[in-house]
Amino acid sequence: MRSRLNPYLQVAPLTVVLAGFFVLPIVIVIMVSFFDYQTYQLLIPAFTLQNYIDVFSSSVTYRTYLITLRFCATVWAITLLLGFTLAYFLAFHIRTLRWQLVLFLLCTIPFWTSIVIRMIAWIPLLGRQGVVNTVLHGLGLRDTPLEWLLYSEFAVIVGYVHLYTLCMMVPIFNAMMRIDRAVIEAAVDSGASEWQTLCHVIVPLCKAGMTIGSIFVLAVVMGDFVTIDVLGGGQIASVGKAIMTELSYLQFPPAAANAMVLLMVVVCMIVLLLRIVDVRKEL
Amino acid sequence: MANRIAPPLAPKHLTRRRVLQTTLYSAGLAVGQRLFTGFPAVHAAEPVMLNIAGTGVNQYQQIAAKAKEDLGVTIQYTSLVSDDVVKRAATQPTSFDLLDSEYWMLAKIIPTGNMRGMDVRRITNYERIVPIFTKGTLPDGRAVARQGTAPIKVSYLPEEFAKTFAAEPTQWMTLIPTVYNADTLGIRPDVIGRSIEHWHELLNAEFRGKAAILNIPSIGIMDAAMVAESTGTITYGDKGNMTKEEIDKTIALLIEAKKQGQFRAFWKEFNESVNLMAAGEVVIQSMWSPAVTKVRQMGVPCIYQPLKEGYRAWAAGLGIPRHVTGTKLDVCYEFINWYLSGWVGAFLNRQGYYTAVLETAQAHMTADEWGYWMEGKPAQGDIVSPTGDKIESAGAIRDGGSFWTRMGSVACWNSVMDEDRYMVRKWNEFIAA
Repeated sequence: MRSRLNPYLQVAPLTVVLAGFFVLPIVIVIMVSFFDYQTYQLLIPAFTLQNYIDVFSSSVTYRTYLITLRFCATVWAITLLLGFTLAYFLAFHIRTLRWQLVLFLLCTIPFWTSIVIRMIAWIPLLGRQGVVNTVLHGLGLRDTPLEWLLYSEFAVIVGYVHLYTLCMMVPIFNAMMRIDRAVIEAAVDSGASEWQTLCHVIVPLCKAGMTIGSIFVLAVVMGDFVTIDVLGGGQIASVGKAIMTELSYLQFPPAAANAMVLLMVVVCMIVLLLRIVDVRKEL
Repeated sequence: MANRIAPPLAPKHLTRRRVLQTTLYSAGLAVGQRLFTGFPAVHAAEPVMLNIAGTGVNQYQQIAAKAKEDLGVTIQYTSLVSDDVVKRAATQPTSFDLLDSEYWMLAKIIPTGNMRGMDVRRITNYERIVPIFTKGTLPDGRAVARQGTAPIKVSYLPEEFAKTFAAEPTQWMTLIPTVYNADTLGIRPDVIGRSIEHWHELLNAEFRGKAAILNIPSIGIMDAAMVAESTGTITYGDKGNMTKEEIDKTIALLIEAKKQGQFRAFWKEFNESVNLMAAGEVVIQSMWSPAVTKVRQMGVPCIYQPLKEGYRAWAAGLGIPRHVTGTKLDVCYEFINWYLSGWVGAFLNRQGYYTAVLETAQAHMTADEWGYWMEGKPAQGDIVSPTGDKIESAGAIRDGGSFWTRMGSVACWNSVMDEDRYMVRKWNEFIAA
């Protein structure tokens, strides 16, 4: 009897935490998204689809999602390439565990400061009178400063890549470290080149790591409203920013509806990813 | 005005002599106050704490320290961005004892019934409050602009716990004014090299990629309206309360400018505007007065440019929430009376803000300070900030001139529009364009 109860007791704490801090808030947000509102009355319990109709009938929604998705795709591709390369170098080209550890810690240095500092640090670098432009000018390469370096999509992508490459790298590195070296030896013994080993052995075995990293990056970029504001100069729209604006005008129901739509989009993306790669099996 | 984060203040030049001077001075002042204005000495009984929630604009530690010294009241500030002030007042009114609110917020706060009207008979200097707030006029009788949420429209309640505003002055006041100012565009005279006289210069192609506007929809759209009106393309009934059609036209104008690359950035926070200007990213933008001062302190030339079409003004004041009663209520009144009694007024005037009761503040400033800050006269000696930083040398004149010239040229007030919901949606379109 007791042994039958045991598993339930074991999952109970996590269930309680998730129910209280995840399920309940989501349920409330879902409820609020159907509420009505006025300037002087923030929440009017009702069942109206108006908030969702507003979201889906506005061309701004689609344009904003398009921009956000474009950022997602670009950042995902760059961080995947960078993260994979870095992890590959660390896992297979550094021979001793000590150096692997040292270099790995080096990669985490940017994470010792707050996310805001890491973002703002780009501003004096990329600005009109910033380091990059000063150097270009000093070398005589350009007379007028490059305007697109800061407060542009470029700057936002630089920021994202800087902030989130590690999120991609760590799970991939972890997956690589778990590959049985004998498998690679076998590949080499069978005459495979490094490139062939990479394509046919390592990449397939790292799929789970890449998927987990991708989920991190996609989820963060989809919901971001800070980086895009600071490095985009406030001129680029994002879904998170639209929600923020509504919240600050006390328009909770439309913000909730917008948040639900965003949640659904992100969930769909993750489900799709998990369809392609069965993370559970790979682990 | 929102997120108006005050520049950090550190008592840099706190010498022993100065401390002595201040202490003696304030001791004298404290005695004087007790003798002449007859503050009730509630504070003697028990230590009292007042939690003031509001924007950071006038939350100075120096004021808190002085209140402790003069009244024995411990002041605790809760600093919030302006949108959160409204949220807090509407949803958690018991979390503070005094609300430091801007007048435009009242349109959202008063209908919740969370605030009380303040009895003007208990305000010692009520009769001396600048008539902008009590009559809607300047002291010389000229009417102040009523576009937007002009303070007089929301200053009074018909009764103590009313949820609507009174059309005429009554015994019950919603806010006792603390600070107010007239906002305009900030420019870099050294880069622009010619005179700027109109709001429409913000969209002048000459400054393509070097202009900025603030991304707080309700204020940003008003700056845009000042620009639109100045170009002559749009005329408004009330810039502070636009019709849907007026909003559409204004946003269309902004979107067109954005598509042509007119804007370098949109800023949301005080310090962002300082950095944009000081780093040379921007040469003309919407700005707030202390931000201009800060840019100048960094050694970068910056002018708070008076413009022909006038200023966009804002005002803030202290209000008492409904839940405060008994001794605490007495302390709130005592604190407000102290606020208007001069020391704080002088302190805020030296920051470049304006204060509610001019006479009492004047008594705490030197003739030179008063001449520079309030009368638009050239400074005789160095002008020093309350923290001891030198702001201007002898001969300098304040941008925009005297108090009466500046407040007399107000064109509209920060506001909440009836079409708020629609406006925010359109503003998001502009940001996404």
